[in-house]
Amino acid sequence: MLLVRNAYIIFLKDFHLEFRSRYALNAIFLFAITTLTAISFSIGPLRLKSEILSPLLWIILFFSAMSGLSHIFVREEEQQTADTLRLVTSANAVFLGKWIFNMVLLFSLELFILPIYLAMLGVSVGNFRVFLFIILLGSFGLASVATLIAAIISQASAKGALFAVLSFPISLPLLISGIHGTRLALDGGTLAECLPDLQILFSFSIVIITLSLLLFEFIWRK
Amino acid sequence: MGLNRNWWKYFLGLWMLLIILGAFLYAPPAKGLGETARILFFHVPVAWLATLAFLISALASMQYLRRPEKKYDIWASSSAQIGLIFALLATVTGSIWAKKIWQSYWNWDPRETSIFILLLIYAAYFALRSAVDIDEQKAKLAAVYSIIAFITVPFLVIIIPRVYESLHPDPLINPEGKIKMDGRMLQIFLGSLFGFTLLFYWMLRLKIDTARTKLVVDNLDK
Amino acid sequence: MWQITGSDISQKFNQRLIFENISFEVASGHSLVLTGANGSGKTTLVRIVCQLNRPYKGQIRFTRDQKNISDQEIYARMGLVGPYLQLYNYLTAFENYSFFARIRGLAVDNSQLKRLMERMGLRGRELDELRTFSSGMLQRMKYVIALLHQPEFLILDEPTANLDEAGAALVYEIMQEQKKDRILIFATNEPAEVKFGEIKIALGA
Repeated sequence: MLLVRNAYIIFLKDFHLEFRSRYALNAIFLFAITTLTAISFSIGPLRLKSEILSPLLWIILFFSAMSGLSHIFVREEEQQTADTLRLVTSANAVFLGKWIFNMVLLFSLELFILPIYLAMLGVSVGNFRVFLFIILLGSFGLASVATLIAAIISQASAKGALFAVLSFPISLPLLISGIHGTRLALDGGTLAECLPDLQILFSFSIVIITLSLLLFEFIWRK
Repeated sequence: MGLNRNWWKYFLGLWMLLIILGAFLYAPPAKGLGETARILFFHVPVAWLATLAFLISALASMQYLRRPEKKYDIWASSSAQIGLIFALLATVTGSIWAKKIWQSYWNWDPRETSIFILLLIYAAYFALRSAVDIDEQKAKLAAVYSIIAFITVPFLVIIIPRVYESLHPDPLINPEGKIKMDGRMLQIFLGSLFGFTLLFYWMLRLKIDTARTKLVVDNLDK
Repeated sequence: MWQITGSDISQKFNQRLIFENISFEVASGHSLVLTGANGSGKTTLVRIVCQLNRPYKGQIRFTRDQKNISDQEIYARMGLVGPYLQLYNYLTAFENYSFFARIRGLAVDNSQLKRLMERMGLRGRELDELRTFSSGMLQRMKYVIALLHQPEFLILDEPTANLDEAGAALVYEIMQEQKKDRILIFATNEPAEVKFGEIKIALGA
């Protein structure tokens, strides 16, 4: 399929670019590790309960995403390559390519930050499989929301502040169920107990992606 | 002449006066909630209208994306502005009542959370509008954001009560489908709802007319 | 036989009318030049022609033998050089070339890239990142990318911006060649360039 093929070509291009400049990569990794260290440092030897551990994790994930995931569109606008891209392919190919990129970026961040989070804060996970499942689905949604909002703010001024301001209300369904589900999983909740949260995470992500494919054309074309 | 066309404005003034008097003198105190419940005659209609304004704004935004005409953008932003005022009023009245009955102005009750999110969305909407220079682009991006937010809100309505338990009195139409209001209370409540809706309509029309006039004046300059 | 038709195009910017009711027709083997003072809307019109901006009123049609062609076909047939169209600075010339070739559905052909680079006077720079290029070299590189798919529609905004005499001569050669059997549309105020246009639209006049 042409759409998927072109999305893949755009993804590869962005992957290449990111490897050369490492802008988003540095931003998101350094932000996550700084925040995590600050938290760990300030609580010292205290053992935190799951009611606090779970929101802390999601706050780190959300703000790390906010620090780096807009770059994918902002870079195209600021370096004036966006118009060049508009001339060679369809809007949805662009969206899909960027979405895959942000997803890969967020997942690789988690691969790196989760073990450190578990070790630094001395977290014992009651049900590891469900825990991973919640994080996975939550980040799937978070990357989708971030990509859509990034496309919007890349055409506005004061992009940095605006990104978090616009993303927060839209990410709330993800954050609330993510935090709730993670807390249950840390306390050893079963798959059945966390199912409602997983369902919300999944269905909301699907809705956002569908919405993106419907609306992105309007955002992208001037 | 002027009196003829504007008779309903005088009528509205008189009507609201009667509602205020009725709310304090005619309606009996609610069972279990006492005198403080009188705030519901003002708080609930205002909260409903904040939601209605949000709905109108989202519908006008959809229309704008279908046909990018200036008037739809004016409707969308005007309705959002009036909606923001009503949402603030609902928050303040609710908070005052919460202080009386729960001993605290704010405690993240689901109802407080949902109105707060509505405020956040409005704030983000206007932050976005002020960050885009070109009118057409501003209208387009704001419309897209408004639609995304509109799709997000129902999710929150499902999720929030699952996570937080509510102390908020049942909505007017509760799960059992019974209206828990005394006859006289209901009269005042419906009268107030009617009055506030008419007030909302008036404010919205004023806002739209001002925006249109401003457009005409701006065009004269050029 | 390819054709670009613009009918009754008007554009507004923040409610201010920039130009109105502009119509034109360019077919294969012809050229169109847009002239006009700064702020008269040359760039705006170019952007509308290549569908980067939507006009306030009117429409642009791309046709082949009187039949409308699809967006995908337009992407594959159009080449554009303009000051607001940059390439990827952190990618090498070769990487830029292969990205734009692949996304237009063409095979990546090393010898073609060599030929184009040679023609534009950029021989031997294939593996350098574009951020090491001077502004004149970047302008030449834009021609490499715009010409790699032998476009039916070549659209140029300020064709010789940043170029030295030799570069400008190269561009004139390209323009001459393009209008022989394909379509050339360009915007300029340089008297030396205006003469390449058969159909003239003077904006703001």
